[in-house]
Amino acid sequence: MKLPETIRAAFVIARRDFTATVLSKTFLLFLLGPLFPIGLGFIFGGIGAQVERNAAPATIAVISSPADFALLETARDRFAPLGTERPFVRLQRVDPEADVPKQRQELLTSEEAPVLGVLEGGLAAPHFTGAVTADGRTVQQVNLFVDEARRLKAEPHVASSPINVTLTRTSAGSVAFARNLTARAGQTVLFVLTILLAGMLLSQLIEEKSNKVIEVLAAAVPVDSIFLGKLFAMLAMSLVGITVWTSAGAAAIAIYAKGGLGALPPPAVGWPAFLFFILLYFSMSYLLIGATFLGIGAQASTVREVQTLSMPVTMSQVILFGFASLGVGKPESSEAIGAAIFPLSSPFAMVARAAEQEALWPHLLAFAWQVIWVALILKFAAAVFRRSVLKSGPAWRWPWQKRKAA
Amino acid sequence: MGERAIAAETRDLVKDFDDKRAVDGVSLTIPEGSISGILGPNGAGKTTCLRMMLGIIDPTSGSRTLLGHDRPLDVAHEVGYLPEERGLYPSMPAAEAIAFMGALRGLPIAEGRRRAIDLLRERGNEDWAKRPIRTLSKGMAQTVQLLGTIIHRPRLIVLDEPFAGLDALNQEKLEQLIRDQAAAGVTVIFSTHVIAHAERLCERVAIIAEGRSAFEGGVDEARGRLRPIVHLRTRAEDGPWRTALPIAAKKVGGEWRFELPEGGPEPLLKALIDGGAGIETLSIERPGLHDAFIAIAGEAAARAMGHAPAEQEAA
Repeated sequence: MKLPETIRAAFVIARRDFTATVLSKTFLLFLLGPLFPIGLGFIFGGIGAQVERNAAPATIAVISSPADFALLETARDRFAPLGTERPFVRLQRVDPEADVPKQRQELLTSEEAPVLGVLEGGLAAPHFTGAVTADGRTVQQVNLFVDEARRLKAEPHVASSPINVTLTRTSAGSVAFARNLTARAGQTVLFVLTILLAGMLLSQLIEEKSNKVIEVLAAAVPVDSIFLGKLFAMLAMSLVGITVWTSAGAAAIAIYAKGGLGALPPPAVGWPAFLFFILLYFSMSYLLIGATFLGIGAQASTVREVQTLSMPVTMSQVILFGFASLGVGKPESSEAIGAAIFPLSSPFAMVARAAEQEALWPHLLAFAWQVIWVALILKFAAAVFRRSVLKSGPAWRWPWQKRKAA
Repeated sequence: MGERAIAAETRDLVKDFDDKRAVDGVSLTIPEGSISGILGPNGAGKTTCLRMMLGIIDPTSGSRTLLGHDRPLDVAHEVGYLPEERGLYPSMPAAEAIAFMGALRGLPIAEGRRRAIDLLRERGNEDWAKRPIRTLSKGMAQTVQLLGTIIHRPRLIVLDEPFAGLDALNQEKLEQLIRDQAAAGVTVIFSTHVIAHAERLCERVAIIAEGRSAFEGGVDEARGRLRPIVHLRTRAEDGPWRTALPIAAKKVGGEWRFELPEGGPEPLLKALIDGGAGIETLSIERPGLHDAFIAIAGEAAARAMGHAPAEQEAA
């Protein structure tokens, strides 16, 4: 059977599978499924951020003279820019009373103005009392404030900025950092999409095997066409899903991230090419891993067998992802090149490369390499299916096994 | 067979499944435009032969050609196949299922949909068109699959146990459909374990038993392997006429039964009359395919197909 006929037959199979899937009621759930966690993430993330913003930093009561307190406040203000995620503890001055231990006890138990701890003894002999851990965040902060306040007291001129600052738009370090981040993000997106979608191919031939349609198909078209059609039908269905999810994701980024997509670190090949490569390498990853899964799943005859296979194949995807991520940040390393050459990890490695290096020719090479491997895996899977499931051709035997039937 | 072209041919087909030899050197020749039956009990290897002929599976050894091609899938567009285990997508509407089967064999889907509606309408079943297969009865679904087998107007139709699961009325309709297809020049091959269907429809039969080809040729040729059977009733119980009967003659229910002797009916009649048999009735019955099958494949094969030998039936 010539190639165009194989493709024509594959199209007939793909059209049936695609319409049967996309026009089913469950496809709506498939589309909405990934949006639930994203939506919940945004909702609860927003609530968490709001709670974080609304939560006032803990207060430390400082029993000290106004002069010492002023130095402590100045020290705190100098460190304040470092506490953007979780603000530093707030300091509140209290005039010393005659009975300081009693005053300390009252401050620690007061419900009107609750404090986390009490600092007393001024800068000369500071002593902290509070419900905190000895080497915890609060004690470390108070240590820093006292240390800096003492330094300010001894050398008042250090209160001004010690350096002059000139700002540049980028530096080699910032670009490398941003590209590394984008490479990892691209790989993760690819991995998540593949692990979510390629697993479905395991069970693709169960329907045909259970309702005996496989006999009708195998009598009319080559097994290669059946595999090819099923693979591309599921790819097309996945791309429909990705279009919906990407649109929702882009809308969320535009709403939540300042500056929209432009706020994300730019990849080496630029955003338009990088998005194209993500789509291309997702397709290739899906075809490569999907063809393998289709071949493995085709050997199963029941849903139970497919379910049993799901865990090991998911683990194998995690291993591939781990292998590909070894080369991120060092595209010329043997790990990165090895991951780009090994067919099943090649798309992951190449999407990272697109984020890190500007050259486009390696992508042409990788694409051709991956296409060859998709064809080889499909051909092999179809041959194994014909041999082991349809029982076609001479039975395969180990050299030491005797031919008994004859 | 004369000058008729060959629609399908197998030569010494062998198929091993693991350590079991399912088909052992089967050779078949199917002339174009003929209706040919493959007879044999369950497990004889009929389906495996058909699957090899169609290229669904490759033989362990031997060769086959289908419409002149040794790679059967190359002519899939010109072949229709109804498998023994019927298979349709349960959620597919009937007309779509018919069109899909045509599309698999190269018929454009739009044309397939149009023809599917026409075929259903011709049979008064147009109301099935939009019904999903899962809502149809087994017989209805089988009809849908049969229409899917001929939707693309093939030159060769292969039907594996097509009568199984059909009621008498639908069996009659299917027989008519097979005759109509053959009348239109289509070659029809079907396997069956019901000899009556083959006898009514077939020009040629192949008898397969235990994976081997026991007979292949015309139905008349199969019948010709047996001598005609004489049924004789006489007034005389005994007498010189008894010497005219062959040694193997048996009396079943007051009637003598024996194969017509080599010399033909005239010498037999003369000997009976001269010997004073007092002939009440004498009839010469041409053997049926059923008898030929038993003679060729053996009684065990006949029993496996649910056909008891004639004498036992009579007893």
